[in-house]
Amino acid sequence: QVWQIRLDLHLLNHDGNIIDAASIAGIVSLCHFRRPDVSVQGEDVTVYSPEERDPVPLSIHHMPICVSFAFFQQGTYVLVDPSEREECVMDGVLVIAMNKHREICTMQSSGGIMLVKDQVLRCSKIAAVKVAEITELIQKALQNDQKVRKEGGKFGFAESVPNQKITAFKMESTAVDTNNVEKQAEEIITKADPPTEVFAKPVLHTPGTAQIGEGIENSWGDLEESDKEEAAEGKEECEATAFEYQQMQSEGTSTMTETKDEPIVLSDSEEEEVVILEPQELPRKTR
Amino acid sequence: MASPELLSAEGFRADGRRPAELRKVRARMGVFAQADGSAYIEQGNTKALAVVYGPHEIRGSRSKALPDRALVNCQYSLATFSTGERRRRPHGDRQAAELALNLRQTFEAAILTSLYPRSQIDIYVQILQADGGTYCAGVNAATLAVMDAGIPMQDFVCACSAGLADSTPLTDLSSAEEAAGGPTLLLALLPASGHIALLQLSARLHHERLEVALEAAGNACRALHALLDRVVRERLKQITAALGD
Repeated sequence: QVWQIRLDLHLLNHDGNIIDAASIAGIVSLCHFRRPDVSVQGEDVTVYSPEERDPVPLSIHHMPICVSFAFFQQGTYVLVDPSEREECVMDGVLVIAMNKHREICTMQSSGGIMLVKDQVLRCSKIAAVKVAEITELIQKALQNDQKVRKEGGKFGFAESVPNQKITAFKMESTAVDTNNVEKQAEEIITKADPPTEVFAKPVLHTPGTAQIGEGIENSWGDLEESDKEEAAEGKEECEATAFEYQQMQSEGTSTMTETKDEPIVLSDSEEEEVVILEPQELPRKTR
Repeated sequence: MASPELLSAEGFRADGRRPAELRKVRARMGVFAQADGSAYIEQGNTKALAVVYGPHEIRGSRSKALPDRALVNCQYSLATFSTGERRRRPHGDRQAAELALNLRQTFEAAILTSLYPRSQIDIYVQILQADGGTYCAGVNAATLAVMDAGIPMQDFVCACSAGLADSTPLTDLSSAEEAAGGPTLLLALLPASGHIALLQLSARLHHERLEVALEAAGNACRALHALLDRVVRERLKQITAALGD
């Protein structure tokens, strides 16, 4: 007969880096857990209830803590403990789990990032520092809890809610030094180039087509095939003939840079010709 | 953390290899006629087969198409007869799904996907016999298969596992050495630039030993690269000779 222990992790709010948070929560809960005391005499096994004998903690050999490193721009920038916004735009992540004895328990890179050996070694050094700090914090919290329980004070999850210690959706404000900001701002303004003129007013050619700014030569004909439908609709509003449409089809080359920021029309439609009943209608974007 | 069986007093491992010695590698490209690219690799007793289809049009939903690059789709499966005990599910279990995801990310970074927009490249890796270093053999086989299919890549992706016996690094671990419980470092490398495409470590390894282990794995990957390079060149000679006739 053996004891079976089960750890249930519930994620209440995701603001990035759940792996680290989950690892800390997991190991702390296991350290905090107490199981009933047992005495074995030959074949007889007596399990004592918590009232009879104090429950016994688990034997934890070491405390592995995960630290995540987010990589940006092909390894130029490395951020420790990425927030949710940072996670959305990161290239990939390197997770290193260490304990306070500076042993790497596990390491995993994911996201298709290309790492260099030096980066990995540097990250492991940073992780060592962070893990030491976190382990100290955990020890203090556990000791605190033990002390409060012994003294008979209030403890636990419910007690921390009114004090806004946990489950409070707030962040401490960071102090920002604004002493030299005005001076710095003046310096930056004097050094900067004057801003380019912004063309706010669009020039309307025909209903449905407008032009903002001079821009480069009109390269509508080079639009990618996927935008053909959109372009076709636009062209028809400009009263393009079938011949012009054919011409556009033959120019299959796509200019990636131009279409990158435009919304992509994804359509399974094999329509060669798109007829619009009302020229005033905006081109329909199908998903 | 090492067990005495890993390295004997004379410095030999359980299967008679030296610490930094790789197992015998046998590789063949163009194993199947129907697939666009295929490769078979044996690293010791580990046998891996990789098949590549593509680049072709996206199967299934067109909405997954990427406008500026190709989609890489990977499947990693261990044959039911590959391990000591018969496996229930060759693929679809969580471990295989995770490894397939790792494969996909690795090859998405290594293949020049921007040359094939709105298309799909399928890579299927099948492990026929698992004797340690299965994922590494899979990655190596996939590299050869992608090259056999003629899909341009930044560089070879060579993968190797490394471990530690006390302070001596061991490379290319067999299944017995992996099961011994010591640290296992899995490294996938692009040899020319030295970029690490995948890094995975299981079991405890002291922070100071990390560099040693990384170095050993890196050297092993480079040795493998030399081997795979030779295989590719021989294959090329074969094909050009056949075409010339």
